Amino acid sequence: MNRRIDVSLTVNGEKVSRSVDTRTHLIDFLRSELGLTGAHTACEHGVCGACTVRVDGDAVRGCLVMAASLDGAVVETIEGLSDTGEIRDLQAAFVARNASQCGYCTPGMLVSAADILKHAPNASRDDIREHISGNYCRCTGYQAIVDAIDDVLKARRESEAA
Amino acid sequence: MKWPAMGYARVDSLDGLWRALDAAGPEAQILAGGQSLLATLSFRLSEPSGLIDITRIASLKGIGVTEAALRIGALTRHADLARDPLVARHAPLLAQAAPLIAHPAIRNRGTIGGSLALADPAAELPACVVALGATIVLASRSGERRVAASDFFKGLFTTDLEPGEIVVAVEVPVATAASRQTIVEVTRRSGDYAMAGLAAVLSIQADGGVADCRLVFFGVGSGAEIAQAASAALIGQQLSDASIAAAKAALADDLDPPSDLHGGPELKRHLAGVLLARALRPFLARSEQAA
Repeated sequence: MNRRIDVSLTVNGEKVSRSVDTRTHLIDFLRSELGLTGAHTACEHGVCGACTVRVDGDAVRGCLVMAASLDGAVVETIEGLSDTGEIRDLQAAFVARNASQCGYCTPGMLVSAADILKHAPNASRDDIREHISGNYCRCTGYQAIVDAIDDVLKARRESEAA
Repeated sequence: MKWPAMGYARVDSLDGLWRALDAAGPEAQILAGGQSLLATLSFRLSEPSGLIDITRIASLKGIGVTEAALRIGALTRHADLARDPLVARHAPLLAQAAPLIAHPAIRNRGTIGGSLALADPAAELPACVVALGATIVLASRSGERRVAASDFFKGLFTTDLEPGEIVVAVEVPVATAASRQTIVEVTRRSGDYAMAGLAAVLSIQADGGVADCRLVFFGVGSGAEIAQAASAALIGQQLSDASIAAAKAALADDLDPPSDLHGGPELKRHLAGVLLARALRPFLARSEQAA
């Protein structure tokens, strides 16, 4: 079997083609091959959530996805989500609520939070806590993070109703 | 740490898979969702010579109702189980179980076939399919074979799968009006593997009599543990606080939990009893629940 695989995929709207080592997970691929250093490498076994990105529209652990398996995939990282403006209000709320302290968990936290905004617009604070329970913040800034997400959900619901 | 060096091949049909397995040799492993397998590579708990990616085999996907069974393709993700209307209607236990598995990002990749093939003793889905009396559909080069879920699991991370064989689907008898299905577990943190858990499937008649009952524990033994004595204590009885207490007492004959990171056998036995009551009390007639 091959230890290098040719893949062509779309990352943040741009087509990229590379030959990747099969040992490479998606996050090392994004960081080392493409220079997209927003998603962070941390625990590397699927526990901490710092590497959360989107593949084909769904939030995934980048460290538990083989880059070699992604031929034809659509990948979105925090850089892409920032550029499209999809989560501009969420990012502003993180700043306003001081929900980003050392910042290491923040990109993954934002991608997970974007998932709530998309799939569970009526999420309660408990729902938010449950949803981000797989994203660790070692500054333990969870209260502010939940506040920020809750603010955005409420604001979006209000603008929807208006 | 980083994964070991290994090969990778992707196949898009079962025929392609059999050829790839022949070419790769016995040290290769099959990659479905990868949410446990790839983590074991990080820990160097496994060092396959290569991974054969089956995620694009169309015949392993999809959920449908055939005759009296709900057929769930092996590549069905936990996230799909959680939101599929057919699963919610015909096998509500699986819809309830899915949100208990790890975290949303993991549920977007992890598959039912992968979870069953791994047979982690603390995993929810093996216990669920045993409780549901499901049939596991396996395939190899020589054709399909069907195994009752209760015969499929052989112990700690061990199943009836032969070399060169994969899980292709799970067939679950559809829920009837008398079916009562629930799953409960105790975890230290949301999304963690359960310290103890219980998948319960009962058939309760209009008069409150328990016609059938399958209580299957996880996280308290080497796999999905069928609590025969506790189940037997309920069958033929009215579901009541008294019969639930009798089932709890019977658990002593069913479970022989090993110690693990969470604690010793006594803790696990205690949790199993708590879970049994927690699972069954909501099925009591309203008048009894209030008591």
